[in-house]
Amino acid sequence: MPLLNARASATAEGDAMEVRLAGTWQITEQRPSWEGLRGAQNPARVRLLTEGVEKWDSSLLLFLFEAQQWCRGSGAYFDGEALPEKIRTLLAQLAASHETSVPFDRAESFLSSVGVATQDTVLKAREIAHFVGECVIGAVGLVRSPRKFRWHDCMDEMQQCGPMAVPIMSLVSLLVGVTLAYIGAIVLRQYGGDIYIADLIGLSMVREMGALMTAVVLAGRTGAAFAATLGNMKANEEIDALQVLGIPPVQFLVLPRLLALGVMMPLLTLYANALGIIGGLIVAFGLMNIPPAAFWAEMLTIVDLSDVATGVIKATAFGLIIGLAGCLRGLQAERSAAGVGKAATSAVVTALLLIIVADSVFAVLFNALGI
Amino acid sequence: MGENKTARSGNASGPAIEVQGLQGGYEGTVVLQDVSFTVARGEIFFIIGGSGCGKSTLLRHLVGLNTPTAGAVKFFGRSFTEANAAARRDLLKTFGMLFQGGALWTSLTLRQNVALPLEEYTGLSPREIEEIATLKLAQVGLGGFEDYYPSEISGGMKKRAGLARALALDPEIVFFDEPSAGLDPVTSRKLDELILQIRETFGTTIVVVSHELASIFDIADRVIMLDRAHKGIIAEGKPRELAARSRDPRVTEFLRRGDLLPQ
Repeated sequence: MPLLNARASATAEGDAMEVRLAGTWQITEQRPSWEGLRGAQNPARVRLLTEGVEKWDSSLLLFLFEAQQWCRGSGAYFDGEALPEKIRTLLAQLAASHETSVPFDRAESFLSSVGVATQDTVLKAREIAHFVGECVIGAVGLVRSPRKFRWHDCMDEMQQCGPMAVPIMSLVSLLVGVTLAYIGAIVLRQYGGDIYIADLIGLSMVREMGALMTAVVLAGRTGAAFAATLGNMKANEEIDALQVLGIPPVQFLVLPRLLALGVMMPLLTLYANALGIIGGLIVAFGLMNIPPAAFWAEMLTIVDLSDVATGVIKATAFGLIIGLAGCLRGLQAERSAAGVGKAATSAVVTALLLIIVADSVFAVLFNALGI
Repeated sequence: MGENKTARSGNASGPAIEVQGLQGGYEGTVVLQDVSFTVARGEIFFIIGGSGCGKSTLLRHLVGLNTPTAGAVKFFGRSFTEANAAARRDLLKTFGMLFQGGALWTSLTLRQNVALPLEEYTGLSPREIEEIATLKLAQVGLGGFEDYYPSEISGGMKKRAGLARALALDPEIVFFDEPSAGLDPVTSRKLDELILQIRETFGTTIVVVSHELASIFDIADRVIMLDRAHKGIIAEGKPRELAARSRDPRVTEFLRRGDLLPQ
């Protein structure tokens, strides 16, 4: 057993026990335990003496508290008269805090959980409607007085979400085109229809994959950045400062971002379409020996401007969804570091979910319109 | 019966803190140059000065958050700046710090915040750790709030909870970074009383960074005043004596502001 700096010894005198404490009692070091010292003895009176204690902290208090609690439980008399005033005061504080500390029960009943969740959903739906409404009013205001619009901020955001995203978009789109071509080749070769790989690549990139992949990349890259920026501004009371000055945060912060994404998304989508087609063309040439000119000519037999337009329309809608989700989650963020992180995650999840829903709606709508 | 303020380590009679020729700053910018001072055991020592003079920077260098480019910091005669990892960890146990905003971990309750250093540095059982955490929170007047999260309490309460955490290991030195910042005068006054009570009960050495004149005159035993242009100490002594006798206009202008001018 290691030698302890904190020492305690007990002597029995009839039914009384005298406990002498000595040495250095520190919370970071080992100390004797009351139960170990008492052993099998059950004294009717316990007297504590601390003359031999050289220095002490909460470690000594814990020992005394253990002894006091044992005395209380067993009906023995705790004699702390010889303890210094400071120790007695702290011991009384410890006993009081022990008694008043009631665990805070955070558990909720099933009914109240359902009620709170329902209330929360209604509140969030109202917030979203309010936010979208504010954006529409702001956009109308922008058309009426474009001079008030923060064009400089908008250009900065365009730079961030457009040209800065080109490298990653290039890689993703090219690889999507390559992957589609490989998958298409497996089926088309079986029927000797190798040349139709051009139709598959062209149509799927232009109508679907270009816009969708651009949206996925920008939701992760730009939507999360919007939420983190706005969440951080909220935590730093910057948004409160705007409101105090009478500047609507939507007009100041949200509209420039929405417009930036609304403009850059279709452009990036067109770029992604081109890269995806090039990826497919490379595979068609390398794997299936289809000359690029033949690939191009075949693709133009099925892809026309209306297909390009559907992709661009979708891209614009996806851009607005990403911007709205990012800004909304940022403005809803809790005022803490964890809140900013949650807002960024939530922005990406919300944007992706809404993009998939919107994509399905567009598919049904374009089919109904015969486009 | 011995006092409960003797240093855990190092010599038993020297000063609690010795700073010798400290030089430091941020990213190549020198904010402090040749700063030297000592803090006696059990002293309430204030680092004062105008905004941007390097008070908080000095504090960050003292507690090891920033590394000085020159000079030394010693606690109880043991070098902190040149200590190896084990010695540094040993010295870290001897002091606690209250950050400006409390710096509580938001995902933990107040009790868990206070318990964390005890779990890290002691071999106490979970029940004992809970007892100590509850006591520390009660000592700063937060009895009954043990299971609250930081986001559920006010700014003043956050500071007190931060103080309870700083006191968890019964440190021999407690550093306070702008304890009055953002607090109303009554709460600020209560915090000052708490600082005095900690020193009285535990004999703790207290180092406070502040420009709150009321606190300086009420509780400081000694102060050093830093100056931005000088990049170091321009005055050292008892606050009332400095206010009354200093011939340096920078010192008198700072200490004789408003109604708090000592009579």
